[in-house]
Amino acid sequence: MALLQISEPGQSAAPHQHNLAAGIDLGTTNSLVATVRSGLAETLPDNEGHHLLPSIVHYAKDAAPQVGYAAKAQANIDPLNTIASVKRLMGRGLKDVKTTGTRLPYDFVENEDQGMPMIRTVVGDRSPVQISADILNTLKQRAEKTLGGELTGVVITVPAYFDEAQRQATKDAATLAGLNVLRLLNEPTAAAVAYGLDKSAEGVHAIYDLGGGTFDISILRLQRGVFEVMATAGNSALGGDDFDRAIAQWIMQQAGIADDAEHSHIRELLDIARTAKETLSTNESAPLEIRLEEGSVWQGELSNDQFNQLIDPLIQKTIAPCRRTLRDAGLSTDDINEVVMVGGSTRMPRVREKIGDFFKRTPHVDIDPDKVVAIGAAIQADILAGNKPDDDMLLLDVIPLSLGIETMGGLVEKIIPRNTTIPVARGQDFTTFKDGQTAMAIHVVQGERELVMDCRSLARFELRGIPPMVAGAGRIRVSYQVDADGLLSVSAKEETSGVHSQITVKPSYGLQDNEIERMLKESLEYAEEDVATRTLREQQVEADRVINALRAALKADGQVLLKQHEFLEINTALEDLLKVEQGNDADAIKNAIERINDVTQEFAARRMDASIHQAMKGHRLNDFAENE
Amino acid sequence: MYNNHFEIFELPVSFDINKDTLAQRYRDLQRAVHPDKYANAPDRDRRLAMQKTVQINEAFQTLKNPLTRAGYLLHLQGIDQNDGIMDGEFLMTQMDLREELADIKQKSLPIEAFLSRMEKQMQSLIDTLSQQFAQENWQAAHDSVRQFQFFTRLHEDALRLEEELI
Repeated sequence: MALLQISEPGQSAAPHQHNLAAGIDLGTTNSLVATVRSGLAETLPDNEGHHLLPSIVHYAKDAAPQVGYAAKAQANIDPLNTIASVKRLMGRGLKDVKTTGTRLPYDFVENEDQGMPMIRTVVGDRSPVQISADILNTLKQRAEKTLGGELTGVVITVPAYFDEAQRQATKDAATLAGLNVLRLLNEPTAAAVAYGLDKSAEGVHAIYDLGGGTFDISILRLQRGVFEVMATAGNSALGGDDFDRAIAQWIMQQAGIADDAEHSHIRELLDIARTAKETLSTNESAPLEIRLEEGSVWQGELSNDQFNQLIDPLIQKTIAPCRRTLRDAGLSTDDINEVVMVGGSTRMPRVREKIGDFFKRTPHVDIDPDKVVAIGAAIQADILAGNKPDDDMLLLDVIPLSLGIETMGGLVEKIIPRNTTIPVARGQDFTTFKDGQTAMAIHVVQGERELVMDCRSLARFELRGIPPMVAGAGRIRVSYQVDADGLLSVSAKEETSGVHSQITVKPSYGLQDNEIERMLKESLEYAEEDVATRTLREQQVEADRVINALRAALKADGQVLLKQHEFLEINTALEDLLKVEQGNDADAIKNAIERINDVTQEFAARRMDASIHQAMKGHRLNDFAENE
Repeated sequence: MYNNHFEIFELPVSFDINKDTLAQRYRDLQRAVHPDKYANAPDRDRRLAMQKTVQINEAFQTLKNPLTRAGYLLHLQGIDQNDGIMDGEFLMTQMDLREELADIKQKSLPIEAFLSRMEKQMQSLIDTLSQQFAQENWQAAHDSVRQFQFFTRLHEDALRLEEELI
């Protein structure tokens, strides 16, 4: 009898299975992929032994895109079709890109109605999301080849200070690359995981992460496996690229090169600037040799003192966010146990010196600052993929920027303040302000400023069908929910009539769902796969999850938490799902899953409460022991 | 299932709480219900975990901050902290302080002394609130909460100004 079969120990347990999972650091300058093998997290090299993949994509007619070193080699030869530092464009509008004041050597398509900047290449206009997807795809292939199988899921890291639009764009790129995203993880948090687990460090840590194009500072408390982000701040348009540019501009001045030099010439100058920067990490001065356009050569030298003068203003720009996080966390520099440096740009001795001065302690640099983020992501991916069910590591992260709503007069009312732990849900009530008002416009914004025009606009939608009432009688509840990836959904409801309107925020500069679908269809990988087949497979995967979870739940708690008749009812529903699970009818599977969800609703709630009770009980025992 | 935020952490309903106990219990609860612990569970269970976590986060955020904790205690008494009017004397104080800050901004004067005065005011209001809540003097507590709210905002504005001045 099936009922016995389920409650018998051993038989219901799903066979142990190792799910292939990876952590991806999608960086401005370089990207990496890492995985946990035999309990050890490590980054994966390509065929030639390179762990870093330069985040550069080269497009050529009638050929697959080249990514990484091969693309880098094309940068000076074919600059308009070689895209680097695309991360700086993610989730940004063309206007943002132009006003950041940084000259980007690409051919942007002027496009009024689509906010996203498109770059003109020989293979057509490419969006930052598509270009990022090409980088992700290369890393995916590297991982799958090395591990010998398809990836179940990945954790992709993003700068902690990335806003909603930038996060959504990153997730879209992953979808486009055919990756299942287990989590978007903040880069400093990932670094803390790698670092904290390596050192088994407890206490309060500041993670200073200066990469190629982004800067983050996060303050975390580590206690018994829980990584609690207390506050975070940063600048998603500040990084090593800006240091290179500062040097390049100085060279141009010195060598008398005009501002409107050729794209390829500027590229070359940026390369020379970068090399000089790297040289100065270990030397007192760096020699410079510049080919001028008329064929002559300019020779010069960049001294350490001159270099420091050029970069100090940029380092200074990172200090204000450091001060702000401390304040938001309610701490002073004395409360910080350790400072950890992450990101390639922290290799500059001047950065270490200045940040050390600010925090009044020598920063830690003992884990390779290029790899530490990918390694942390791999550890989290391994856990989320279900390979370590007994691990007690837990990451509690926050939203970096306040989420608000436009109110009368173009003002912002904050609904969820920055540094609130996620997941979070908050609501705010509004009233109708005109007699007979039947609709209400809702404008979702992100940022710290008081005026809507100074914040980022995320989405606009309208609640319609409000029954006519006198002014002030309608009560509209607007609810914001941010999930564990930091992604927002907003809903609005008129409470007296129950009129409901909901939106998952697709920021103005992200892709619409149908666009993603279209791109997926266009990409070769999915061309042959029928949508129906995909739906069926998705239902089967979910059915598997439901069956395994339910069997495990019944085995663990069925006897204690269920009455006989409830047990029988659940068992019947389970039998029904087992019957259809291997069939080809996606709808039948879906219905059977829904039936199980219905009859196990109460059981699931009781189990959750039991685990809460258990957590508090364990605590009471601890308290008791401590008091004695 | 819970009557109030305090119950979640098995703490008595009071303005005076042990912050360490609250934080410790918060972490233990998160360990039990956080969505990451249900990453491979069916959709429905993940939603349930998410709901619980949201509830626990909300309770923790409200209780750990003295101002929101005080506002919440008033809310439990059916008092909306934003209702009613401020007494005239305090309104004068408010205007004076606002002017003082505007002056600091205009003349780029040192701001440290102003900041530490705000901090002292808030600290003394925490002590006052502790007594008022212990005596169940809701009306007095209501006034204090609104003063607290004012000083908190002013302090934030002053900090923002300090950031601009640096």
